[in-house]
Amino acid sequence: MTQQFYVSPEQLMKDRADFARKGIARGRSVVVISCADGIALVAENPSPSLHKIGEIYDKIAFAAVGKYNEFESLRQAGVRYADVRGYSYDREDVTARGLASVYAQSLGAVFTAEQKPFEVELAVAEVGPDQAEDHLYRLTFDGSIADEHSFVVMGGQADKVSSAIEAGWQASLGFADAVRLALKGLTPAQEGDQPAAPSPPGALEVAVLDRRSESSRGSRRAFRRLNDADITALLA
Amino acid sequence: MQESTANQVAANATSSFTEHLQRDRPELLPFSRSLQGGASGAAPLQVPHATTIVAMSYGGGVLMAGDRRATMGNIIASRHIEKVFPADHFSVLGIAGTAGIAIDLTRLFQVELEHYEKIEGTQLSLEGKANRLGAMIRGNLPMALQGLAVVPLFAGFDTSAGVGRLFSYDVTGGRYEEHEHHTVGSGSVFARGALKKLWRPNLSAADALSVAVESLYDAADDDSATGGPDTVRQLWPVVYTVDRTGARRVPDAELAAASRAVIEARTIAGREA
Repeated sequence: MTQQFYVSPEQLMKDRADFARKGIARGRSVVVISCADGIALVAENPSPSLHKIGEIYDKIAFAAVGKYNEFESLRQAGVRYADVRGYSYDREDVTARGLASVYAQSLGAVFTAEQKPFEVELAVAEVGPDQAEDHLYRLTFDGSIADEHSFVVMGGQADKVSSAIEAGWQASLGFADAVRLALKGLTPAQEGDQPAAPSPPGALEVAVLDRRSESSRGSRRAFRRLNDADITALLA
Repeated sequence: MQESTANQVAANATSSFTEHLQRDRPELLPFSRSLQGGASGAAPLQVPHATTIVAMSYGGGVLMAGDRRATMGNIIASRHIEKVFPADHFSVLGIAGTAGIAIDLTRLFQVELEHYEKIEGTQLSLEGKANRLGAMIRGNLPMALQGLAVVPLFAGFDTSAGVGRLFSYDVTGGRYEEHEHHTVGSGSVFARGALKKLWRPNLSAADALSVAVESLYDAADDDSATGGPDTVRQLWPVVYTVDRTGARRVPDAELAAASRAVIEARTIAGREA
Protein backbone atom coordinates (compact mmCIF):
# COMPACT_ATOMS: atom_id res chain seq x y z
CA MET A 1 0.00 0.00 0.00
CA THR A 2 1.41 3.33 -0.96
CA GLN A 3 0.77 6.19 1.40
CA GLN A 4 -0.75 9.26 -0.24
CA PHE A 5 1.04 12.55 0.29
CA TYR A 6 -0.98 15.08 2.20
CA VAL A 7 -2.13 18.00 0.08
CA SER A 8 -4.03 20.79 1.80
CA PRO A 9 -7.52 21.50 0.43
CA GLU A 10 -6.49 25.07 -0.39
CA GLN A 11 -3.62 23.83 -2.51
CA LEU A 12 -5.75 21.17 -4.17
CA MET A 13 -8.44 23.66 -5.20
CA LYS A 14 -5.88 26.19 -6.33
CA ASP A 15 -4.15 23.60 -8.52
CA ARG A 16 -7.42 22.57 -10.05
CA ALA A 17 -8.47 26.15 -10.72
CA ASP A 18 -5.10 26.92 -12.33
CA PHE A 19 -5.41 23.83 -14.48
CA ALA A 20 -8.92 24.76 -15.65
CA ARG A 21 -7.99 28.39 -16.27
CA LYS A 22 -5.05 27.34 -18.41
CA GLY A 23 -7.28 25.09 -20.52
CA ILE A 24 -9.85 27.83 -21.05
CA ALA A 25 -7.26 30.51 -21.87
CA ARG A 26 -6.05 28.48 -24.85
CA GLY A 27 -9.41 28.78 -26.62
CA ARG A 28 -10.77 31.63 -28.66
CA SER A 29 -13.32 34.03 -27.26
CA VAL A 30 -17.08 34.08 -27.39
CA VAL A 31 -19.22 37.19 -26.97
CA VAL A 32 -22.86 37.35 -25.92
CA ILE A 33 -24.46 40.77 -26.27
CA SER A 34 -27.93 41.89 -25.24
CA CYS A 35 -29.28 44.52 -27.62
CA ALA A 36 -32.53 46.13 -28.73
CA ASP A 37 -33.44 43.35 -31.21
CA GLY A 38 -32.62 40.55 -28.79
CA ILE A 39 -29.41 38.78 -27.87
CA ALA A 40 -26.54 38.25 -30.31
CA LEU A 41 -24.05 35.41 -29.76
CA VAL A 42 -20.79 35.63 -31.68
CA ALA A 43 -17.84 33.25 -31.62
CA GLU A 44 -14.66 32.84 -33.56
CA ASN A 45 -14.99 29.32 -34.82
CA PRO A 46 -13.51 27.99 -38.04
CA SER A 47 -15.55 24.78 -37.91
CA PRO A 48 -18.96 24.97 -39.61
CA SER A 49 -20.33 21.99 -37.70
CA LEU A 50 -18.70 21.85 -34.25
CA HIS A 51 -20.68 24.59 -32.61
CA LYS A 52 -19.80 26.70 -29.59
CA ILE A 53 -23.25 28.27 -29.59
CA GLY A 54 -26.44 26.28 -29.37
CA GLU A 55 -30.17 26.39 -28.80
CA ILE A 56 -31.44 25.08 -25.49
CA TYR A 57 -35.10 26.04 -25.52
CA ASP A 58 -37.62 28.52 -26.91
CA LYS A 59 -35.99 31.65 -25.50
CA ILE A 60 -32.75 30.19 -24.16
CA ALA A 61 -29.37 29.82 -25.84
CA PHE A 62 -26.02 28.50 -24.72
CA ALA A 63 -22.47 29.58 -25.53
CA ALA A 64 -19.25 28.04 -24.31
CA VAL A 65 -15.49 28.10 -24.54
CA GLY A 66 -13.01 25.42 -23.55
CA LYS A 67 -12.94 21.71 -24.26
CA TYR A 68 -15.45 20.73 -26.90
CA ASN A 69 -16.40 17.31 -25.51
CA GLU A 70 -17.01 18.76 -22.07
CA PHE A 71 -19.18 21.70 -23.03
CA GLU A 72 -21.01 19.64 -25.65
CA SER A 73 -22.03 17.14 -22.99
CA LEU A 74 -23.18 20.04 -20.82
CA ARG A 75 -25.17 21.47 -23.71
CA GLN A 76 -26.89 18.15 -24.34
CA ALA A 77 -27.64 17.77 -20.65
CA GLY A 78 -29.15 21.27 -20.74
CA VAL A 79 -31.37 20.41 -23.71
CA ARG A 80 -32.55 17.28 -21.88
CA TYR A 81 -33.21 19.19 -18.68
CA ALA A 82 -35.16 21.86 -20.54
CA ASP A 83 -37.17 19.44 -22.67
CA VAL A 84 -38.12 17.23 -19.71
CA ARG A 85 -39.13 20.27 -17.70
CA GLY A 86 -41.13 21.81 -20.52
CA TYR A 87 -42.81 18.50 -21.27
CA SER A 88 -43.76 17.70 -17.70
CA TYR A 89 -44.78 21.23 -16.63
CA ASP A 90 -45.23 23.77 -19.37
CA ARG A 91 -43.04 25.46 -21.94
CA GLU A 92 -43.05 28.76 -20.09
CA ASP A 93 -41.78 27.10 -16.91
CA VAL A 94 -38.37 26.58 -18.48
CA THR A 95 -36.16 29.48 -17.42
CA ALA A 96 -32.51 30.41 -17.82
CA ARG A 97 -32.25 30.81 -14.06
CA GLY A 98 -33.27 27.19 -13.47
CA LEU A 99 -30.93 25.93 -16.15
CA ALA A 100 -28.03 28.05 -14.92
CA SER A 101 -28.39 26.77 -11.39
CA VAL A 102 -28.39 23.17 -12.62
CA TYR A 103 -25.21 23.93 -14.55
CA ALA A 104 -23.69 25.63 -11.52
CA GLN A 105 -24.43 22.59 -9.38
CA SER A 106 -22.99 20.10 -11.84
CA LEU A 107 -19.88 22.20 -12.51
CA GLY A 108 -19.38 22.64 -8.77
CA ALA A 109 -19.80 18.92 -8.13
CA VAL A 110 -17.31 18.03 -10.86
CA PHE A 111 -14.84 20.63 -9.60
CA THR A 112 -14.76 19.29 -6.05
CA ALA A 113 -15.38 15.59 -6.50
CA GLU A 114 -13.88 14.50 -9.80
CA GLN A 115 -10.25 13.88 -10.67
CA LYS A 116 -10.19 16.73 -13.13
CA PRO A 117 -12.39 19.82 -13.31
CA PHE A 118 -14.21 20.78 -16.52
CA GLU A 119 -12.10 23.15 -18.59
CA VAL A 120 -15.10 25.19 -19.70
CA GLU A 121 -16.80 28.49 -19.23
CA LEU A 122 -20.47 28.82 -20.13
CA ALA A 123 -23.00 31.52 -20.79
CA VAL A 124 -26.74 30.94 -20.57
CA ALA A 125 -28.84 33.64 -22.24
CA GLU A 126 -32.57 34.13 -22.13
CA VAL A 127 -34.30 36.74 -24.24
CA GLY A 128 -37.25 38.55 -22.66
CA PRO A 129 -40.08 40.63 -24.11
CA ASP A 130 -37.99 43.74 -23.45
CA GLN A 131 -34.37 44.35 -22.67
CA ALA A 132 -34.85 44.72 -18.92
CA GLU A 133 -36.06 41.12 -18.84
CA ASP A 134 -33.09 39.62 -20.67
CA HIS A 135 -31.02 37.29 -18.54
CA LEU A 136 -27.34 36.57 -19.05
CA TYR A 137 -25.62 34.13 -16.73
CA ARG A 138 -21.95 33.36 -16.81
CA LEU A 139 -20.77 30.09 -15.29
CA THR A 140 -17.19 29.18 -14.60
CA PHE A 141 -15.45 25.80 -14.19
CA ASP A 142 -15.84 25.78 -10.38
CA GLY A 143 -19.59 26.33 -10.43
CA SER A 144 -19.49 30.07 -9.73
CA ILE A 145 -22.42 31.83 -11.26
CA ALA A 146 -22.68 35.50 -12.15
CA ASP A 147 -25.73 37.41 -13.33
CA GLU A 148 -24.47 39.80 -16.00
CA HIS A 149 -26.10 42.76 -17.67
CA SER A 150 -25.59 43.95 -21.21
CA PHE A 151 -22.88 41.48 -22.30
CA VAL A 152 -20.65 38.50 -21.45
CA VAL A 153 -17.21 37.78 -22.82
CA MET A 154 -15.47 34.45 -22.24
CA GLY A 155 -12.34 32.68 -23.39
CA GLY A 156 -8.75 33.43 -24.18
CA GLN A 157 -8.47 37.20 -24.39
CA ALA A 158 -11.58 37.90 -22.33
CA ASP A 159 -10.18 41.01 -20.65
CA LYS A 160 -9.05 42.67 -23.85
CA VAL A 161 -12.24 41.83 -25.74
CA SER A 162 -14.34 42.88 -22.81
CA SER A 163 -12.86 46.36 -22.59
CA ALA A 164 -13.33 46.89 -26.35
CA ILE A 165 -16.99 45.93 -26.08
CA GLU A 166 -17.58 47.91 -22.93
CA ALA A 167 -16.49 51.04 -24.81
CA GLY A 168 -19.01 50.54 -27.62
CA TRP A 169 -22.01 48.96 -25.91
CA GLN A 170 -25.35 50.74 -25.93
CA ALA A 171 -28.80 49.45 -25.12
CA SER A 172 -30.15 50.68 -28.45
CA LEU A 173 -27.90 48.49 -30.64
CA GLY A 174 -29.56 46.43 -33.38
CA PHE A 175 -28.34 42.94 -34.33
CA ALA A 176 -26.05 44.23 -37.08
CA ASP A 177 -24.41 46.78 -34.78
CA ALA A 178 -24.10 44.26 -31.95
CA VAL A 179 -22.39 41.72 -34.22
CA ARG A 180 -20.11 44.44 -35.61
CA LEU A 181 -19.19 45.47 -32.10
CA ALA A 182 -18.48 41.85 -31.14
CA LEU A 183 -16.26 41.46 -34.18
CA LYS A 184 -14.39 44.63 -33.33
CA GLY A 185 -13.70 43.20 -29.92
CA LEU A 186 -12.77 39.73 -31.16
CA THR A 187 -10.43 40.90 -33.91
CA PRO A 188 -7.08 41.51 -32.23
CA ALA A 189 -5.80 45.02 -32.83
CA GLN A 190 -2.77 44.97 -35.10
CA GLU A 191 0.56 46.40 -34.07
CA GLY A 192 1.23 49.88 -35.41
CA ASP A 193 -1.43 51.74 -37.34
CA GLN A 194 -2.44 48.89 -39.68
CA PRO A 195 -6.20 48.39 -39.57
CA ALA A 196 -7.33 45.11 -38.03
CA ALA A 197 -8.14 42.43 -40.59
CA PRO A 198 -11.82 41.55 -40.32
CA SER A 199 -12.61 37.85 -39.89
CA PRO A 200 -14.23 36.27 -42.95
CA PRO A 201 -17.80 35.02 -42.35
CA GLY A 202 -16.55 31.43 -42.66
CA ALA A 203 -14.44 31.79 -39.52
CA LEU A 204 -17.36 33.09 -37.49
CA GLU A 205 -20.23 31.49 -35.71
CA VAL A 206 -23.15 33.85 -35.21
CA ALA A 207 -26.56 33.15 -33.73
CA VAL A 208 -29.30 35.37 -32.41
CA LEU A 209 -32.15 35.13 -29.96
CA ASP A 210 -34.82 37.17 -31.68
CA ARG A 211 -36.93 39.21 -29.26
CA ARG A 212 -39.85 39.29 -31.69
CA SER A 213 -39.68 35.81 -33.20
CA GLU A 214 -43.43 35.26 -32.74
CA SER A 215 -44.42 38.23 -34.84
CA SER A 216 -41.55 38.22 -37.34
CA ARG A 217 -41.21 34.49 -38.00
CA GLY A 218 -44.29 32.99 -36.40
CA SER A 219 -42.15 30.79 -34.20
CA ARG A 220 -41.89 30.68 -30.42
CA ARG A 221 -38.33 29.44 -30.90
CA ALA A 222 -36.29 32.62 -30.78
CA PHE A 223 -32.94 31.00 -31.61
CA ARG A 224 -31.65 31.35 -35.14
CA ARG A 225 -28.22 30.37 -36.41
CA LEU A 226 -26.94 32.61 -39.20
CA ASN A 227 -25.15 31.03 -42.15
CA ASP A 228 -22.33 32.70 -44.07
CA ALA A 229 -24.72 34.43 -46.46
CA ASP A 230 -26.84 35.73 -43.56
CA ILE A 231 -23.75 37.09 -41.82
CA THR A 232 -22.54 38.82 -44.97
CA ALA A 233 -25.99 40.31 -45.51
CA LEU A 234 -26.28 41.42 -41.89
CA LEU A 235 -22.92 43.17 -41.94
CA ALA A 236 -23.34 44.68 -45.39
CA MET B 1 -11.51 -1.74 -20.35
CA GLN B 2 -11.27 1.27 -22.62
CA GLU B 3 -13.42 -0.39 -25.21
CA SER B 4 -16.13 -1.04 -22.68
CA THR B 5 -16.09 2.64 -21.67
CA ALA B 6 -16.45 3.62 -25.30
CA ASN B 7 -19.30 1.15 -25.72
CA GLN B 8 -20.97 2.52 -22.65
CA VAL B 9 -20.71 6.10 -23.88
CA ALA B 10 -22.06 5.12 -27.28
CA ALA B 11 -24.93 3.19 -25.72
CA ASN B 12 -25.86 6.14 -23.55
CA ALA B 13 -25.71 8.65 -26.37
CA THR B 14 -29.23 9.12 -27.62
CA SER B 15 -30.81 11.90 -29.59
CA SER B 16 -34.25 10.59 -28.76
CA PHE B 17 -36.30 12.31 -26.09
CA THR B 18 -38.51 9.23 -25.70
CA GLU B 19 -35.52 6.99 -25.01
CA HIS B 20 -34.25 9.51 -22.50
CA LEU B 21 -37.61 9.49 -20.69
CA GLN B 22 -37.77 5.70 -20.82
CA ARG B 23 -34.40 5.53 -19.11
CA ASP B 24 -34.65 8.39 -16.61
CA ARG B 25 -38.30 9.39 -16.14
CA PRO B 26 -40.49 6.49 -17.34
CA GLU B 27 -43.45 7.78 -15.32
CA LEU B 28 -43.71 10.77 -17.70
CA LEU B 29 -44.41 8.63 -20.77
CA PRO B 30 -48.08 8.65 -21.80
CA PHE B 31 -48.08 4.88 -22.28
CA SER B 32 -46.03 3.74 -19.30
CA ARG B 33 -48.90 3.51 -16.82
CA SER B 34 -50.39 0.06 -16.76
CA LEU B 35 -54.09 -0.08 -16.12
CA GLN B 36 -54.83 -2.15 -13.04
CA GLY B 37 -57.67 -4.58 -12.86
CA GLY B 38 -57.53 -5.63 -16.48
CA ALA B 39 -60.97 -4.11 -17.03
CA SER B 40 -62.24 -7.52 -18.13
CA GLY B 41 -65.94 -7.83 -17.55
CA ALA B 42 -66.14 -4.21 -16.41
CA ALA B 43 -67.83 -1.62 -18.58
CA PRO B 44 -65.50 -0.06 -21.15
CA LEU B 45 -63.75 3.05 -19.88
CA GLN B 46 -65.68 6.20 -20.75
CA VAL B 47 -63.15 8.71 -22.08
CA PRO B 48 -63.38 11.26 -24.87
CA HIS B 49 -62.68 10.04 -28.38
CA ALA B 50 -61.55 12.08 -31.31
CA THR B 51 -62.64 11.19 -34.81
CA THR B 52 -62.28 11.79 -38.52
CA ILE B 53 -59.07 13.17 -39.92
CA VAL B 54 -58.66 13.58 -43.67
CA ALA B 55 -55.41 14.18 -45.49
CA MET B 56 -54.52 14.48 -49.13
CA SER B 57 -51.73 15.50 -51.39
CA TYR B 58 -52.11 18.45 -53.74
CA GLY B 59 -49.83 20.12 -56.25
CA GLY B 60 -46.84 21.18 -54.14
CA GLY B 61 -47.70 19.75 -50.75
CA VAL B 62 -50.06 17.94 -48.42
CA LEU B 63 -53.14 19.07 -46.52
CA MET B 64 -54.63 17.67 -43.33
CA ALA B 65 -57.99 18.52 -41.79
CA GLY B 66 -59.86 17.44 -38.67
CA ASP B 67 -63.33 18.14 -37.32
CA ARG B 68 -63.87 19.66 -33.87
CA ARG B 69 -65.96 17.08 -32.01
CA ALA B 70 -64.92 14.75 -29.21
CA THR B 71 -67.44 12.22 -27.96
CA MET B 72 -67.80 10.15 -24.81
CA GLY B 73 -70.22 7.35 -25.60
CA ASN B 74 -73.28 9.14 -26.97
CA ILE B 75 -72.38 12.46 -25.32
CA ILE B 76 -70.53 15.26 -27.07
CA ALA B 77 -67.55 15.81 -24.78
CA SER B 78 -66.14 18.81 -26.63
CA ARG B 79 -67.00 20.98 -29.61
CA HIS B 80 -63.66 22.74 -29.59
CA ILE B 81 -61.13 19.93 -29.60
CA GLU B 82 -58.27 20.18 -32.07
CA LYS B 83 -57.08 16.96 -33.64
CA VAL B 84 -54.53 18.25 -36.14
CA PHE B 85 -51.24 19.61 -34.81
CA PRO B 86 -48.01 20.86 -36.32
CA ALA B 87 -45.32 18.29 -35.47
CA ASP B 88 -42.45 20.53 -36.54
CA HIS B 89 -41.72 23.03 -39.28
CA PHE B 90 -42.28 20.54 -42.11
CA SER B 91 -44.80 18.03 -40.80
CA VAL B 92 -48.25 17.77 -39.24
CA LEU B 93 -50.00 15.10 -37.27
CA GLY B 94 -53.67 14.20 -36.98
CA ILE B 95 -55.05 11.93 -34.29
CA ALA B 96 -58.09 9.70 -33.94
CA GLY B 97 -58.90 7.49 -30.98
CA THR B 98 -58.61 8.02 -27.23
CA ALA B 99 -58.21 11.78 -26.97
CA GLY B 100 -56.23 12.02 -23.71
CA ILE B 101 -53.52 9.62 -24.78
CA ALA B 102 -53.48 10.97 -28.33
CA ILE B 103 -52.88 14.53 -27.15
CA ASP B 104 -50.07 13.39 -24.85
CA LEU B 105 -48.53 11.34 -27.65
CA THR B 106 -48.66 14.37 -29.91
CA ARG B 107 -46.91 16.50 -27.32
CA LEU B 108 -44.28 13.84 -26.85
CA PHE B 109 -43.79 13.55 -30.59
CA GLN B 110 -43.39 17.31 -30.96
CA VAL B 111 -40.74 17.39 -28.23
CA GLU B 112 -39.07 14.31 -29.74
CA LEU B 113 -38.57 16.04 -33.10
CA GLU B 114 -37.42 19.32 -31.57
CA HIS B 115 -35.10 17.49 -29.19
CA TYR B 116 -33.44 15.64 -32.03
CA GLU B 117 -33.04 18.86 -33.96
CA LYS B 118 -31.38 20.61 -31.02
CA ILE B 119 -29.08 17.74 -30.07
CA GLU B 120 -27.98 16.90 -33.61
CA GLY B 121 -28.14 20.37 -35.11
CA THR B 122 -30.13 19.06 -38.06
CA GLN B 123 -33.70 17.97 -38.77
CA LEU B 124 -34.71 14.33 -38.84
CA SER B 125 -35.59 13.05 -42.32
CA LEU B 126 -39.30 12.66 -43.05
CA GLU B 127 -38.90 8.85 -43.08
CA GLY B 128 -37.14 9.11 -39.73
CA LYS B 129 -39.99 11.13 -38.27
CA ALA B 130 -42.56 8.66 -39.62
CA ASN B 131 -40.63 5.73 -38.09
CA ARG B 132 -40.33 7.44 -34.70
CA LEU B 133 -44.09 7.99 -34.65
CA GLY B 134 -44.60 4.31 -35.49
CA ALA B 135 -42.40 3.30 -32.55
CA MET B 136 -44.46 5.49 -30.20
CA ILE B 137 -47.73 3.98 -31.38
CA ARG B 138 -46.24 0.53 -30.83
CA GLY B 139 -45.30 1.62 -27.32
CA ASN B 140 -48.97 2.32 -26.73
CA LEU B 141 -49.99 -1.21 -27.83
CA PRO B 142 -50.68 -2.53 -24.29
CA MET B 143 -53.09 0.37 -23.76
CA ALA B 144 -54.63 -0.19 -27.20
CA LEU B 145 -55.35 -3.82 -26.25
CA GLN B 146 -57.33 -2.49 -23.29
CA GLY B 147 -59.40 -0.29 -25.56
CA LEU B 148 -57.37 2.94 -25.42
CA ALA B 149 -56.12 2.97 -28.97
CA VAL B 150 -54.64 5.95 -30.79
CA VAL B 151 -54.45 6.00 -34.58
CA PRO B 152 -52.50 8.87 -36.09
CA LEU B 153 -52.12 10.17 -39.59
CA PHE B 154 -48.84 11.82 -40.45
CA ALA B 155 -48.09 14.18 -43.33
CA GLY B 156 -45.04 16.17 -44.17
CA PHE B 157 -42.95 17.73 -46.86
CA ASP B 158 -39.91 15.65 -47.79
CA THR B 159 -37.34 18.40 -48.27
CA SER B 160 -34.77 16.11 -49.90
CA ALA B 161 -37.22 14.65 -52.43
CA GLY B 162 -39.21 17.90 -52.79
CA VAL B 163 -42.64 16.25 -52.43
CA GLY B 164 -45.39 16.06 -49.85
CA ARG B 165 -45.91 12.58 -48.36
CA LEU B 166 -48.56 10.90 -46.28
CA PHE B 167 -48.28 8.04 -43.75
CA SER B 168 -50.97 6.03 -42.00
CA TYR B 169 -50.52 3.67 -39.03
CA ASP B 170 -52.20 0.75 -37.36
CA VAL B 171 -52.32 0.23 -33.58
CA THR B 172 -49.23 -2.03 -33.70
CA GLY B 173 -47.18 0.85 -35.07
CA GLY B 174 -47.23 -0.49 -38.62
CA ARG B 175 -46.46 2.34 -40.98
CA TYR B 176 -47.95 2.58 -44.46
CA GLU B 177 -47.22 5.24 -46.99
CA GLU B 178 -50.39 6.52 -48.64
CA HIS B 179 -50.53 8.04 -52.06
CA GLU B 180 -53.22 10.53 -53.05
CA HIS B 181 -55.29 10.66 -49.84
CA HIS B 182 -56.27 8.89 -46.62
CA THR B 183 -58.67 9.21 -43.70
CA VAL B 184 -58.85 7.82 -40.16
CA GLY B 185 -61.52 7.76 -37.46
CA SER B 186 -65.09 6.58 -37.19
CA GLY B 187 -66.31 8.91 -39.94
CA SER B 188 -63.48 7.88 -42.24
CA VAL B 189 -65.55 5.55 -44.41
CA PHE B 190 -67.83 8.40 -45.42
CA ALA B 191 -65.02 10.91 -45.85
CA ARG B 192 -63.15 8.39 -47.92
CA GLY B 193 -66.05 8.00 -50.33
CA ALA B 194 -66.18 11.75 -50.81
CA LEU B 195 -62.43 11.96 -51.33
CA LYS B 196 -62.54 9.22 -53.97
CA LYS B 197 -65.00 11.27 -56.01
CA LEU B 198 -63.60 14.74 -55.40
CA TRP B 199 -59.83 14.32 -55.30
CA ARG B 200 -57.85 14.83 -58.50
CA PRO B 201 -54.11 14.81 -59.10
CA ASN B 202 -52.41 18.21 -58.79
CA LEU B 203 -55.24 20.03 -57.05
CA SER B 204 -54.52 23.64 -56.16
CA ALA B 205 -54.23 24.38 -52.44
CA ALA B 206 -57.57 26.22 -52.50
CA ASP B 207 -59.34 23.32 -54.25
CA ALA B 208 -57.75 20.84 -51.82
CA LEU B 209 -59.17 22.89 -48.95
CA SER B 210 -62.70 22.75 -50.31
CA VAL B 211 -62.35 19.01 -51.01
CA ALA B 212 -61.25 18.48 -47.39
CA VAL B 213 -64.14 20.52 -46.00
CA GLU B 214 -66.64 18.72 -48.22
CA SER B 215 -65.39 15.26 -47.21
CA LEU B 216 -65.53 16.23 -43.53
CA TYR B 217 -69.07 17.47 -44.12
CA ASP B 218 -69.99 14.07 -45.55
CA ALA B 219 -68.41 12.34 -42.57
CA ALA B 220 -70.34 14.57 -40.16
CA ASP B 221 -73.54 13.92 -42.13
CA ASP B 222 -73.47 10.18 -41.47
CA ASP B 223 -71.23 9.69 -38.42
CA SER B 224 -72.63 10.97 -35.13
CA ALA B 225 -69.12 11.21 -33.63
CA THR B 226 -67.97 13.71 -36.25
CA GLY B 227 -68.96 17.35 -35.97
CA GLY B 228 -69.88 19.44 -38.99
CA PRO B 229 -69.09 23.13 -39.53
CA ASP B 230 -70.81 25.05 -36.71
CA THR B 231 -72.12 28.37 -38.05
CA VAL B 232 -73.69 29.32 -34.72
CA ARG B 233 -70.46 29.05 -32.72
CA GLN B 234 -68.31 29.95 -35.73
CA LEU B 235 -66.37 26.71 -35.43
CA TRP B 236 -64.64 25.43 -38.52
CA PRO B 237 -62.40 22.40 -39.04
CA VAL B 238 -58.71 22.69 -38.17
CA VAL B 239 -56.72 22.56 -41.39
CA TYR B 240 -52.98 22.62 -41.98
CA THR B 241 -51.12 22.67 -45.28
CA VAL B 242 -47.46 21.71 -45.64
CA ASP B 243 -45.41 22.73 -48.64
CA ARG B 244 -41.80 23.66 -49.26
CA THR B 245 -42.14 26.81 -47.18
CA GLY B 246 -43.30 24.80 -44.16
CA ALA B 247 -46.49 24.02 -42.28
CA ARG B 248 -49.21 26.67 -42.19
CA ARG B 249 -52.50 26.73 -40.35
CA VAL B 250 -55.29 27.80 -42.67
CA PRO B 251 -56.88 30.92 -41.11
CA ASP B 252 -60.48 30.86 -39.91
CA ALA B 253 -61.62 33.34 -42.55
CA GLU B 254 -60.67 30.96 -45.38
CA LEU B 255 -62.28 28.03 -43.56
CA ALA B 256 -65.46 29.98 -42.92
CA ALA B 257 -65.70 30.81 -46.62
CA ALA B 258 -65.03 27.22 -47.70
CA SER B 259 -67.51 25.82 -45.15
CA ARG B 260 -70.22 28.30 -46.10
CA ALA B 261 -69.72 27.45 -49.78
CA VAL B 262 -70.29 23.74 -49.03
CA ILE B 263 -73.34 24.44 -46.86
CA GLU B 264 -74.79 26.76 -49.48
CA ALA B 265 -74.29 24.30 -52.33
CA ARG B 266 -76.02 21.57 -50.30
CA THR B 267 -78.86 23.90 -49.37
CA ILE B 268 -79.45 24.78 -53.00
CA ALA B 269 -79.32 21.12 -54.05
CA GLY B 270 -81.87 20.39 -51.33
CA ARG B 271 -81.42 16.65 -51.58
CA GLU B 272 -82.06 14.10 -48.87
CA ALA B 273 -78.77 12.17 -49.21
